[in-house]
Amino acid sequence: MAQASSADLKQTPLYDRHVTAGGRIVPFGGYALPVQYPTGIMAEHKWTREQAGLFDVSHMGPSFLVLTNPSGDAEADHAAIAAIIEPLICGDIAGLKPGQMRYTLLLNQSGGAIDDLMVGRSPTTPGSLLIVVNAGTKDNDFALIAAAAGDKAQLHRADDGGLLALQGPEAVNVMASLVPEAAELGFMHYGTYEWNGVRVTISRSGYTGEDGFELLVPGHMAVALWDELLADPRVQPIGLGARDSLRLEAGLPLYGHDLDETVSPIEANLGFAVSKRRRDAADFPGASRILAERDGQLSRKRVALIVEGAPAREGAEILDAEGKIIGVVTSGGFAPSLGKAIALGFVPPALATPGTALQVSVRGRAQPAAAVDAPFVPHRYFRKPA
Amino acid sequence: MTTKFTPDHEYIRVDGETGIVGITDYAQEQLGDIVFVELPAIGKVLNKGDEAAVVESVKAASEIYAPVSGEVVEVNSLLTSEPGMLNTDAENGGWIFKVRIADASEIETLLDDAGYADLTK
Repeated sequence: MAQASSADLKQTPLYDRHVTAGGRIVPFGGYALPVQYPTGIMAEHKWTREQAGLFDVSHMGPSFLVLTNPSGDAEADHAAIAAIIEPLICGDIAGLKPGQMRYTLLLNQSGGAIDDLMVGRSPTTPGSLLIVVNAGTKDNDFALIAAAAGDKAQLHRADDGGLLALQGPEAVNVMASLVPEAAELGFMHYGTYEWNGVRVTISRSGYTGEDGFELLVPGHMAVALWDELLADPRVQPIGLGARDSLRLEAGLPLYGHDLDETVSPIEANLGFAVSKRRRDAADFPGASRILAERDGQLSRKRVALIVEGAPAREGAEILDAEGKIIGVVTSGGFAPSLGKAIALGFVPPALATPGTALQVSVRGRAQPAAAVDAPFVPHRYFRKPA
Repeated sequence: MTTKFTPDHEYIRVDGETGIVGITDYAQEQLGDIVFVELPAIGKVLNKGDEAAVVESVKAASEIYAPVSGEVVEVNSLLTSEPGMLNTDAENGGWIFKVRIADASEIETLLDDAGYADLTK
């Protein structure tokens, strides 16, 4: 139960709120953040699935990439800014509509994931992208993006702001009373709104599998926004512990665990993030490997497991039915919604097929596990009727 | 009956030649929601300090060490189906195992109430 020294940790604008609310503060990605509040991970997890959970994700890396000399032609300016970021990633950014965003991956030359990130096309400013990267990787990511931009575009980091995630079935109703126009957003769309005299960037997105929103505010207004959201009885603050169990149940990979520089999007079961236009052009980093893997030349694949007995944590070996080691768990734990242990890991593709009987080794003992379809808990993203 | 404590937050309630072992209320509070308990095998002979059981919260696994040497004579199998008992009643209904104490002098090396209270201040 030793706690690392908090001396070198950065604080988000909401740090004092977490302490006052009884949050148990832990080091995370270089920041001091609450792993849980007094009600505990289980209750916080369930609250998010049933009501609306509020998360401080200010440690992450929101930024704006803006064309230095826009022409004034909206489509040409978007094409120009997309052409700057696309050589680093596998997603189709040129094809985004204003206000639309996409989950994609920053890739190295061998097709491994440098990071997973969100890229959105500004709903209002031609030649401007919203880019949100992970906390632990943001300095490296931003350096790569800035280098690719050269003098053609400027990267404005917004990671001194407040980034709040409001997640759960009641999130839309809470948003309707805070910023009603934002409650009308479709999944994976964002807009910029005025709230209390400041501009707030709000997206309909999140990483819990629930419907929800992410709100970027200037740092000095983060506490006011946090307080206003928590004044709604449907909203409770949620720590990193439940954030992790929610994303695991949603079957979503976590960078640094299920994704790293050796893992390709195909191996990670993120083939959807390699956009069709980019596949046809084969113009992204590591395209030869990734396209070959897509054609079946794959040595390992991310698998979702339901585990009987004790949770199989990161690093636990995955065994086949005969007990031979075939892979490793990259994240695992207890699923509060299911009352069972679940895990993600990598195994040979033939053994990743749902229904395959496998085993995991926990403290030297083999326990039964089964490959299943992810997500473990169905996603409830809001899809606008066409 | 006397209750003694380890610096690792186990307690042992001594009743003659046997002791009931569990984790303290302070420990369960620190661990958070407990979702799985791995009990020792009955008949297992433990040396003081050996890993005797594992308590898992949503986030992590924590080893429970034998406060004294001895043989496991009974386990709280209720914890298999209701691990949350450790959160709600750690120092009574959430006991983990009973041990036949091999060397009574080891008890004297453990913390008393006041010593443990100092530790968790």
